[in-house]
Amino acid sequence: MSGLVAENLTVAYGETVICHGCSLAVDAGEISVIVGPNGAGKSTAMKAIFGLVELIRGRVMLGDRDISRMAAQDRVALGMAFVPQVNNIFPSLTVEENLEMGAYRNPAGFTEALGVTYDMFPALSELRSTLAGNLSGGQRQQVAVGRAMMTRPRFLLLDEPTAGVSPIVMDTLFAMIVEIARTGVAILLCEQNARRALEIANRGYVLVQGRNRYEDTGKRLLANPDVRKSFLGG
Amino acid sequence: MTGIDLANAAVLLGNFVIVPALVYGSQLGLAALGVTLVYGILRFSNFAHGDTMAFGAMAAILCTWTLQAAGISIHPLPTALLTLPLAGLLTMLLLICFDRVIYRPLRRTRAAPESMIIASVGIMFILQGIVRLVLGPGERNFADGERFLVRARDVREAFDLAEGLSIRVTQVVTLVVTALLVLALMIFLYRTRTGKAMRAYSDNKELAQLSGINPEIVVMLTWSIVAILATVAGVLYGLDKGYLPFVYFSLLLPTFAAAIVGGLGNPLGALFGGFVVSFSEIALTYAYKRFLAYLLPERLEPGTLMQVLSTEYKFAVSFLILVLVLLIRPTGLFAGKSV
Repeated sequence: MSGLVAENLTVAYGETVICHGCSLAVDAGEISVIVGPNGAGKSTAMKAIFGLVELIRGRVMLGDRDISRMAAQDRVALGMAFVPQVNNIFPSLTVEENLEMGAYRNPAGFTEALGVTYDMFPALSELRSTLAGNLSGGQRQQVAVGRAMMTRPRFLLLDEPTAGVSPIVMDTLFAMIVEIARTGVAILLCEQNARRALEIANRGYVLVQGRNRYEDTGKRLLANPDVRKSFLGG
Repeated sequence: MTGIDLANAAVLLGNFVIVPALVYGSQLGLAALGVTLVYGILRFSNFAHGDTMAFGAMAAILCTWTLQAAGISIHPLPTALLTLPLAGLLTMLLLICFDRVIYRPLRRTRAAPESMIIASVGIMFILQGIVRLVLGPGERNFADGERFLVRARDVREAFDLAEGLSIRVTQVVTLVVTALLVLALMIFLYRTRTGKAMRAYSDNKELAQLSGINPEIVVMLTWSIVAILATVAGVLYGLDKGYLPFVYFSLLLPTFAAAIVGGLGNPLGALFGGFVVSFSEIALTYAYKRFLAYLLPERLEPGTLMQVLSTEYKFAVSFLILVLVLLIRPTGLFAGKSV
């Protein structure tokens, strides 16, 4: 079993419990999508999977290995990458330095990975010496995803990568997510644009108040009348 | 007013304002660099920085005495320069110890910046105690080697002027060492992978972790660099103006003013801020009576000292700069983090 499995995640900020034992999983080459209303604990669940917030209960398994207590930077070495929803670039570093930081653990493969990333996002290669903080929203998202791809992940976690970008960039990003999954990377995607995300999902999770409400293939969730009515706007 | 008057006025200003301000500004800039690095990486104002400089200078003095006793010197340069690596290393070990014992446990509990500041005040008292136990509270002069590079009398005679310009060896040493150290630091921060990782960490700690950067290594590295900066700043200041433990503590105010003027967390800004503070301080406390006497017609010659502030008030200048910057541009003249 080579997948990433998070079971019974329970997370609290102070007294407020955000995740009440939700479970998520993704396999190599597949796309798992998390949808749900605001405050459902989607972002927190992703952070918990990466070890950025402390688990009260539950565990995270990478294949046969329990990584629940591992530091975030060590999970990167195991092939996990995460694009947070906000603050996902280094604003005072140039675009290329941002990408270089993605390759921090693998400096020898930096040049090659850089070529791959620029092929993926041609717009970035023209902006390579621009400070990332001066970029537009869409360009920032591309830098953010590019930085994550520079770590050459086997498991990619994306927290609302299309938030606040133009429809064109959104199309690019969705096409790329499918493309990345096709190369064998497992993708866990959290999306506001639920309908569109579920269309490309192998597996879908509807999270409500920190619990799994529905869990099925993307197609069946899209066809489920309850899900449509409550979460996809009819 | 003749050409000679003009030359005399220029030399006078150079001797009493420009050269001292350049030198003092370099020393403050190095000190502010240390403060700004701690703020950028660890997110708190390190009140122990002044006394860290005193500790570094103390270590250098002890090493200097040892070398002098062994008859080793680098005449005409001060022996203390030779001791910088060892003194820096000792300060580095001390700061890393403090981090392990005091700051790291606080970081683990995600302590507020205020708790870190209070901890740094505690460390400041500890350092003051150590320094006074070892070398006592009194003044120590450890500058040896040649005293002057350019003597006032030589300038007077060579150019047939009434005023002379003197340049001390320690002043030149300050400028050269500062330039080299800042250059090395900039190359490290902007050209090396590890330096870029430090800047990345300062920008966004969580994302640095997500890129595989180990926060503890960045923190250790920061303390090491801060130790070197503090030691060099402390030794240069001590060589130039004499070592007096209390003075290092009182340097905190102009140091923080410099770091804040330049934008906290911004290294080049801190250096620039050092010069802003030093030039303001010296230009506002200098008595312009003689200077104006050269430039003005005889009947307008000033009767007073023509001094904006008396030298006892020099710290008020830092305070004023601090208040003005915080009121008008809280993030500093260059992009920095809001205080």
